[in-house]
Amino acid sequence: MTSTVDGAPVVLKLERITKRFGALTANDDVSLDLHRGEILALLGENGAGKTTLMNILFGHYVADEGTVAVAGTNGTLKELEPGSPHAALNAGIGMVHQHFTLAENLTALENILLGTEPLSSFSSARGKARKHLGDLMQRSGLTVDLNARISSLSVGEKQRVEILKALYRDARVLVLDEPTAVLTPQESDTLFATLKKLASDGLGIIFISHKLDEVLAASDRIGVLRGGRKVADQPTAGCDKRQLAELMVGKSVPESTRTPQQPGAALLVLSQVTTGTGRDALHAVDLELLSGEILGIAGVSGNGQGTLAKVISGLEAPISGTVSLNGKQLTRSSARGMIDAGIARIPEDRHRDGIVGPMSVAENLAIETIRKPENQRFGFLRFDAIAARAKEAITAYDIRCQGGNAPARLLSGGNIQKIVLARTLDSDPIVVLAAQPSRGLDVGATADVHRRLLEARSRGAGVILISEDLDELMRLSDRIAVIHRGHLSSAERTENLDRGTLGMRMAGHSEEQAA
Amino acid sequence: MSDILDILLAANFWAAALRIATPLIFGVIGALVCERAGVLNLGIEGIFTAGAMAGWMAVWLGAGLWGGVLVAALAGGFFGLIHAILTVPLGLSQHVSGIGVTLFATSLSYFIYRTALPDVSSPPRIEAFKPLDIPVLSDLPFIGPALFQQTALTFLALAVVAVTAFVLYRTPLGLAIRAVGDNPSAVESQGLSVYGLRIGAVVAGSALMALGGAFLTMSAFDAFFFGMVNGRGWICIALTVFASWRPGKALLGALLFGAFDAFQVRLQTEVGSFIPGQVFLMMPYLLSIAALVLVARKADYPRALLVPYFRGQR
Repeated sequence: MTSTVDGAPVVLKLERITKRFGALTANDDVSLDLHRGEILALLGENGAGKTTLMNILFGHYVADEGTVAVAGTNGTLKELEPGSPHAALNAGIGMVHQHFTLAENLTALENILLGTEPLSSFSSARGKARKHLGDLMQRSGLTVDLNARISSLSVGEKQRVEILKALYRDARVLVLDEPTAVLTPQESDTLFATLKKLASDGLGIIFISHKLDEVLAASDRIGVLRGGRKVADQPTAGCDKRQLAELMVGKSVPESTRTPQQPGAALLVLSQVTTGTGRDALHAVDLELLSGEILGIAGVSGNGQGTLAKVISGLEAPISGTVSLNGKQLTRSSARGMIDAGIARIPEDRHRDGIVGPMSVAENLAIETIRKPENQRFGFLRFDAIAARAKEAITAYDIRCQGGNAPARLLSGGNIQKIVLARTLDSDPIVVLAAQPSRGLDVGATADVHRRLLEARSRGAGVILISEDLDELMRLSDRIAVIHRGHLSSAERTENLDRGTLGMRMAGHSEEQAA
Repeated sequence: MSDILDILLAANFWAAALRIATPLIFGVIGALVCERAGVLNLGIEGIFTAGAMAGWMAVWLGAGLWGGVLVAALAGGFFGLIHAILTVPLGLSQHVSGIGVTLFATSLSYFIYRTALPDVSSPPRIEAFKPLDIPVLSDLPFIGPALFQQTALTFLALAVVAVTAFVLYRTPLGLAIRAVGDNPSAVESQGLSVYGLRIGAVVAGSALMALGGAFLTMSAFDAFFFGMVNGRGWICIALTVFASWRPGKALLGALLFGAFDAFQVRLQTEVGSFIPGQVFLMMPYLLSIAALVLVARKADYPRALLVPYFRGQR
């Protein structure tokens, strides 16, 4: 902890907060202090209660027990009216939600002004607001075109608008919920530099994260939540990754690592694949996946990796170029054709594309092979066989559910991903296409996904790993290619790459430009 | 060909177009205000009927013409409130609730009319709004009779367009309404009430719709008939899409429809002898469908239209 924070006055005090949703206790007796000029990282797995706690602070939820107190302008703590975002804003709390709360049809300026002027007034003092914002932008370094419509801004710019919204209202406490989830590494670095600057100006900052590296790099103090309880609250200096991971999960997490392995022959080959128009379209993409390797595709989402996954899984046909597997043409193959050819798909949005929510776990496990004789006879489903295989898969993949008949939508994200893994990997596919396979999963479930992908690799399958998480990519991939605006760079061996280079390429800079 | 030119160059054609457009202007602006806040109000057809009946009856009972206008607006606001409560805090289907409100408001209006006047054979008449005689302007050649010999309600409709545009684009309230129809959580996170804004917009928009109905019984005609609204409300719903939810374009769309309608009536008398009259009656509707097809594909829908908002859920 930096010495400037020592003895700084408390600006926010959460005391003994408890919140229950039915049988689930999301927050259990959590107390937390935030000092002036301090950056506090709130660390925890999914479902640990971080976001719930912050939503109580901001008045989206009302706590069942406990109080929130905020320092007024004179420094004395005053209890906050529960359940009122309006009261939280007036008390000087600004919140940047994970999903931005911006109206896309309005300009940046209009979004910032929204709710700051009385609704009964007949005019809007935009000139004055513009001037004040100009000062704020200069002081904080958060520059953005105030006249631009939100829909035309990049994700990083939208986040700047969100922070400006809070600063414009003279926030003394700023809360950011998973602020780096949607940013490139460079944008994240800029964000944390800005936050440090704002903190040194006296702002108290809480940021929620489950990424250990950024928590260690950017915070003064770390609070760890697990299962709704606060299990640690300590200065960042003196923390290390392993210890934090254990605090988060409650047990030590084995990290799977890649063992050197000689890749085999080429399996999947894409040659000059081009698809329709738009930002997500592919332009003359070449890709060669070898047997027994993991090929990482790095990129900020929305740069064509979604389309690439669609082409490989047969959901979108290229306009030109070819796709072949083991030398066999698959360019115009359907999704069924791709599955039959031995390509397994772990879709990016597992809730939307990975399962059918109202259907049971067993049905979801059988759905891709429903026409195979083991699942049907003369067009009638073989329920016993399906149920028996579901039982095996539930044990083998440790799917936590009420049994094979439970509707899949009731499962947590990690367990839904295990259904997808069980379904796709059980048939020993030749190629595994894993799109953002660990996005939104906690440490334990992520470790599980990684282990399964490495197992597929060691049995000789080729794995395409599309991810935004550079740590994941660098640890698992044998080679990494970067996709930007639909152009795929040639893959290079991971040993020859570092985070900085990848980050630059993800943002669309080539080395020559950087130099 | 010269017949058509004659029609288009006659002052009374343009006067008729503006007159026919007036109820649509009220209706389309009302629908636009509701939809900008994210609520589709299919109660519009019934609210037109309720406004027509309530305004007329208030005047018939001796309330005075402007008293009648006020009563019509209140009746519209009442049915708007029903729709708003069902769709905003309760989050029910806006389609189902809207159609329900249309059926309810229409039937209730007929019921009250029949109960109050059980045995009249011809509908009683009231002393309706008269065309205003504006010094100088009304006497201008061509323009005078075309634009300035309308009743006060037509000028009120034009004022409503201007005021609505001003509020939507120049005031903090309008900013909040546009925001709540795009992303309600943006509004809530800035400390404003999503429900308050939406309910307010639906009630205000519905009051405007009712004025469209009131125009029919208090200006266009001087009595109330069953079935007199005759789909005008539905036309307004289509016109909001045509207008891309912008008041200026909404006015243009209403005028265009009014012009089509005035044109077909005149064309009928010219060439009606060998083409059945129904063909002409279809024309404005066919043309509005054609206009919609051309415009609506590019329409910039309020993103939160039809999406209910529940606090603390995302």
